[in-house]
Amino acid sequence: MKYLIVFALAVFIAAAAFKSASLSPAPVATPAFAEDNGGITLPEGFRAVVVADSLGAARHIAVSKTGDVYVKMERVRDGRGIVRLHDANGDGVADQISAFGPFSGTGIAIKNGYLYASSNSEVFRYKLNDREEPINTEQPEKIITGLIDRREHNSKSIALDDAGNIYVNIGAPSNACQIRNRTKGSPGQDPCPLLDSVGGIWQFRTDKLNQTYKDGERYATGIRNIVALAWNNTANDLYAVQHGRDQLNNLYPELYNEEQSAELPAEEMFRVKKGSDFGWPYCYYDHLQKQKVLMPEYGGDGKKVERCADKQKPIYAFPGHWGPNGLLFYTGTQFPEKYRNGAFIAFHGSWNRAPRPQAGYFVVFLPFKNGMPSGDYEIFADNFAGGNLDPGKARFRPCGLAQGPDGSLYISDDQKGRIWKVMYTQ
Amino acid sequence: MKRIHIIFSLVVITTVLLSAQTKPVSKERMAAGKKVYDTYCLTCHQADGTGVPRLNPPLVKTDFVLGDKKRLIGIILKGMDEQVEIDGNYYNNVMASHDFLSDQEVADVLTFIRNSFGNKAGAVSPAEVKAVRAALNKASKR
Ligand code: HEC
Repeated sequence: MKYLIVFALAVFIAAAAFKSASLSPAPVATPAFAEDNGGITLPEGFRAVVVADSLGAARHIAVSKTGDVYVKMERVRDGRGIVRLHDANGDGVADQISAFGPFSGTGIAIKNGYLYASSNSEVFRYKLNDREEPINTEQPEKIITGLIDRREHNSKSIALDDAGNIYVNIGAPSNACQIRNRTKGSPGQDPCPLLDSVGGIWQFRTDKLNQTYKDGERYATGIRNIVALAWNNTANDLYAVQHGRDQLNNLYPELYNEEQSAELPAEEMFRVKKGSDFGWPYCYYDHLQKQKVLMPEYGGDGKKVERCADKQKPIYAFPGHWGPNGLLFYTGTQFPEKYRNGAFIAFHGSWNRAPRPQAGYFVVFLPFKNGMPSGDYEIFADNFAGGNLDPGKARFRPCGLAQGPDGSLYISDDQKGRIWKVMYTQ
Repeated sequence: MKRIHIIFSLVVITTVLLSAQTKPVSKERMAAGKKVYDTYCLTCHQADGTGVPRLNPPLVKTDFVLGDKKRLIGIILKGMDEQVEIDGNYYNNVMASHDFLSDQEVADVLTFIRNSFGNKAGAVSPAEVKAVRAALNKASKR
């Protein structure tokens, strides 16, 4: 009995000591910058640490206030689909890597004491302690369930506002709502029946369990597929960048040549309001003509506008098929002034521009003022593909973006699973 | 005499079988197949058949490409939209039906992919495509 008390006391003291040690901030060490910035190029004055490597397909990422990185994996490994990267010595490189969460997926975010993560049909949340670590990794709350997953465009991106709402993208398992998907000669369904349950962004509550379609609200519609989704706290609005339709030349060679098919349609950036309708599958945005035009599946010829006249326009348009997968509004003070409140967008890299050369495979910066783009984009981080702009052979493909507590920018890669921490050093 | 006869026929049979397996495909057939491939398949499966990770599978030495011709012809005519594992990976896009291609075009494109991208397998004939198409039509009418 005596031994037991002594033992208990010892455990208590050890625990207390451990706790106080772990509560003090991570020791500030010099960042272990990679020789070649981990294979990517950055503007003057920026350098990168390789936080972790070869994790597998690393989709979206979230960074806690203590600098832990949570990575949502596209496939589970040993039954786990969320990877936690902990940097104990403060040099930026993860020295403790662990995993939990028995589901694969894309979306992940931290908000008001919870870690949120999505599979391709559900959303879960884990309560966090005061260091923003999950208290119980075994028993998350399931807050949303039963979302449509028909393989094509099934990833569920998430974003959270300050009013207790969570926004979930539900991509359309379709290219242009044809009767027979991607089949030459098959007309578009009019009206498109898919829009009731997919092809938009849905809004749910963060604090209710087991919500299904009937508990949520279709917040915006007419969106083919979104992976890059973010709530902008400064503008207090939702923003997204769409994956535009594919195969204009394949399906309509008489209307679109290879060059036009590579360039069109634009990858549209949206400022999403409640009730927004961006026009898919009836319309796409042509950034060369600067307007929404009718899709060929609905009688379009590349010029006709018709019902597209009153569809909501994008706030910015990028060239076709770049594959916007990550969106982050930068609010830190580490980077120079011009980056404040601007958008970083990770372009996964194209495949649908073939046989023309592929494009994308970089992270761009788009300046913002008062919630709207205030200039043109510039390429921020490049060379992910390692000179091989080809989806199968690219060395890395940027996917997720997150901001660290010190204002560093984190970038994930879903080709091999490298994570970079980008810092400003001047 | 009988013995020689058997040996002779065996030699003939093996030569025929071997030549059916390895007979080089004519330049014209490869060119015709490439034309179909470039028009209808290249965007998804890419110029060198390596595909798009997690979206469109590669056509490089897969079981589907090198294996049973009937199954392969069926994929082109019916399309493919199922969670199949291909060399340890899954692909989320759909492969549309290409039944609008003629028997000759399907035979040409399959002969082309079976002898490109590092693949080596026997040619596909229009008659084989015709037979699979007829069987599919019959099945769908039932
Ligand atoms: C819209 C994109 C797309 C187009 C166009 C397309 N495919 Fe496919 N193909 C796919 C996808 C996706 C799969 C796998 C479907 C699945 O997993 O269910 C596939 C599967 C296959 C397979 C079997 C799997 C393998 O990797 O061996 C073959 C063979 C094939 N396609 C050949 C072709 C040929 C030949 C053409 C042109 C006539 C073509 N495809 C056009 C997307 C496409």
